[in-house]
Amino acid sequence: MSTTLLISIISTAVVYAATVLYAAVGEIFSQRAGIMNLGLEGIMLMGAVSGYMVAVYRQNLVLAMLVVILVGAALGLVFSFLTVTMQADQTVSGMAMLTFGTGLSGFLGKGVSGVNANLAFEPIAIPVLSRVPVLGPSLFDQNILVYLMYLIIPLSMIYLYKTRAGMILRALGENPAALDSAGYNVFALRYAYVTFGSIMTAVSGAVVSLAYTNFWSDGMTSGKGWIAVALVVFSAWNPLTATFGALLFGAISIIGIDVQTVFPQVPSQVFSALPYVATIIALIFTTGNFRGRRSAAPAALTIPYDREKR
Amino acid sequence: MKKEMDPVLQMKHITKTFGSVTANRDVDLSVYSGEIHALLGENGAGKSTLMNILTGIYRPDGGEIWYKGQKRDIHSPKDAVALGIGMVHQHFRLIPTLTVAENVYLYSGKKSFFLNRDKMEKEIRECSGQYNLQVTPEAYVWQLSVGEQQRVEIIKLLHQGAEVLILDEPSAVLTPQEAQSMFDTLRKMADSGKAVIVISHKMNEVMKNADRITVLKNGRVEDTMPASEADVERLTRGIVGDRTLPEQERGQNSEPETEQRPVQDPEQEARKEAAKAGLQTSSEEPVQGLRQTSPAAAEGAAQGQKHVCGEEVFFMEEVSAKNDRGLPALKKITLSVRAGEIFGIAGVAGNGQRELSEVIAGLRPVTEGKILLSGKDLSKAAMKQHIQEGIAFIPEDRLQTGLVPELTFTENIILKSYESDRYSRRGILQKQNMRDDAKTYAGQFDIRHGGLDLPVGLMSGGNQQKLLFAREVSGDPRLIVAAYPVRGLDIGAAESIRKILRQQSRRGAAVVFISEELEEIFAMCDRVGVLCDGELMGIRAIEETDFQEIGRMMSGEREETK
Repeated sequence: MSTTLLISIISTAVVYAATVLYAAVGEIFSQRAGIMNLGLEGIMLMGAVSGYMVAVYRQNLVLAMLVVILVGAALGLVFSFLTVTMQADQTVSGMAMLTFGTGLSGFLGKGVSGVNANLAFEPIAIPVLSRVPVLGPSLFDQNILVYLMYLIIPLSMIYLYKTRAGMILRALGENPAALDSAGYNVFALRYAYVTFGSIMTAVSGAVVSLAYTNFWSDGMTSGKGWIAVALVVFSAWNPLTATFGALLFGAISIIGIDVQTVFPQVPSQVFSALPYVATIIALIFTTGNFRGRRSAAPAALTIPYDREKR
Repeated sequence: MKKEMDPVLQMKHITKTFGSVTANRDVDLSVYSGEIHALLGENGAGKSTLMNILTGIYRPDGGEIWYKGQKRDIHSPKDAVALGIGMVHQHFRLIPTLTVAENVYLYSGKKSFFLNRDKMEKEIRECSGQYNLQVTPEAYVWQLSVGEQQRVEIIKLLHQGAEVLILDEPSAVLTPQEAQSMFDTLRKMADSGKAVIVISHKMNEVMKNADRITVLKNGRVEDTMPASEADVERLTRGIVGDRTLPEQERGQNSEPETEQRPVQDPEQEARKEAAKAGLQTSSEEPVQGLRQTSPAAAEGAAQGQKHVCGEEVFFMEEVSAKNDRGLPALKKITLSVRAGEIFGIAGVAGNGQRELSEVIAGLRPVTEGKILLSGKDLSKAAMKQHIQEGIAFIPEDRLQTGLVPELTFTENIILKSYESDRYSRRGILQKQNMRDDAKTYAGQFDIRHGGLDLPVGLMSGGNQQKLLFAREVSGDPRLIVAAYPVRGLDIGAAESIRKILRQQSRRGAAVVFISEELEEIFAMCDRVGVLCDGELMGIRAIEETDFQEIGRMMSGEREETK
């Protein structure tokens, strides 16, 4: 295998990982808090389209990201209101977010569909590091959103396992009643983490439209929101494991494209489907009930917290 | 024991009602530093309500709480903790995926941003050393035994600086040996100046371990005394009322007790009744639907179960099975039950009882060993075959496994026989037949249902259980497996259920009767097997054993390790 091919595989896998990891880490936090948001795909699309629209009309990436964060926060608050305050069924609410986000993004994005923004997060080579053979150009000649992801993964691990707030978060999805009796505000915490998760998901969408494919078209995240949900389960609610999973999916998708050139007689769709097939297989092996192994899912996941019922 | 002049805690004229039920009526309670104060009474007597008021979970309708000489309003558990009042609930509030240290620090400790595990663990070791509460700070709570979890709950309170510790039925989940070491710990805490309140319904442990005893009945304080002045007679009088009281007063005291009390509660009463049942109930009228049995037979059964057991109906040999987590739950269990015999399974809950009942009923696969019903091997048979072979199953969670709460009375009646021609023809339910039979059952078993087309989830626990029994025994099963069949029932219902079981055994059914209450097992059973940690510690004929022996067997190997 040539060095350039290797670099291309790694660097594409890393960018691919970034497109799903923001959402996956956000969803890990949200689910650790006990709320399952299955509407990631819809929120990602909203993030992708809002960021791209600002890029097209205002030519300002910072402003684009601010808008993306606001959109994510707004959707997160709506979802929190439904699931935390109104105690609505989380699966149904997630489907509502999905269809709402998909539909609205398509509608809003009509004007920018196929329009070239001529603006995207360009790779920035990090001085010394990018000169390292193979790893340098593949890991350290990336755009800023990827670098930010490099930071977010260790930070999220430290937050979860080394800080007091992280300990409370781990308890929140397990036994909210115990936290309530210890004087913590279960509702406020869940609002915060669900909203955080939604913001991260919207950013994931922006990574797709502003740093990965660099265009907007209807439904262009093509199931990445679902892959993020799968990663959460696959990783057993651990951001670091999710990172390896995301890199694996990224590698599978790019290898698929490379293999395609070797077997031109096989339809390209077969190879594009590879990450999704991998998702299904990975999910079966990681979450299936083999020999009675217990799932690592937070015990109170999808159960609305109702003070009256404790 | 040192006693200060003023009580550290006083509850004055506390009253609390839930709808039409008065849970606490004008209750006064004084607790001193350095004492173990027992709150004795039946379930439903208002002990837990009173303590929930003290810890801020409920707000009293009237009355005052004085703590350290000041009148206090306690609005939430947080307020109570801030004052130094903490409670260990019956159902622990621990988070299994966190470590012991993390569980403690969720409630107390420095509000630093980062967790300092070394310091956390050191502090907990100090605390556990001081009171001889053995715990491993770095262990995850899901790895701990129930006794250890209880110690973590106590450390949680101590670490929060609690000076008044309340424990709700702390010995209920422990073996006698574990319970004693727990009380020794409580004594240490009292000696160091803390006030300890223990809710209990066990007279003996209270007399042995408490300094003062307050007896509650029907939400009132019935009696309060130093433990040194307590005896069984006085306490019994306080708990269940004085049989020699004037007619009028007795009526006032006992009526709400037996009739209006919430159904979930009266274990204690059931136990007492059970103890008497073996000697007395036979002279009472048998349950309506089963009145074919002659009084003579009933008499015979009651006199120490001298009725003749028939041939061996059920046999299991070296049967092992796993629990829901895939860990071994039953280890090479061998036992047999004869026709007409009631075989009791004793043991602290969670030692394999559920798995055993499910294995016999066919719900849980057997990993090794053989199960024979009248010589027929059922170890690999499907649930359906178990039913067809005549195994009736009364699961411990009657409403989840036994019945479908959302379905109606009528529909629940036919859950196991929906394929019979009587109930379904070409896939169409025969509603009229179903209703006719439901009505018959309701009459026979005296089930008060409020409507045959209402969901059974709305019925009381006692009537749900009677419905379940009606369905299960209707086909004259050869074997009946009943797991905790009277748990949570009121006395009347509990007694009806016991009568049904006795009648069935007299008819010739083999009965496996699982219970935590030794009194009940001694009153009901012909033989008893004791489960501990998934092993059968031994089988004894009831006449040849006593509570002490069974108690020792219940604690099994743990006796050596502790």
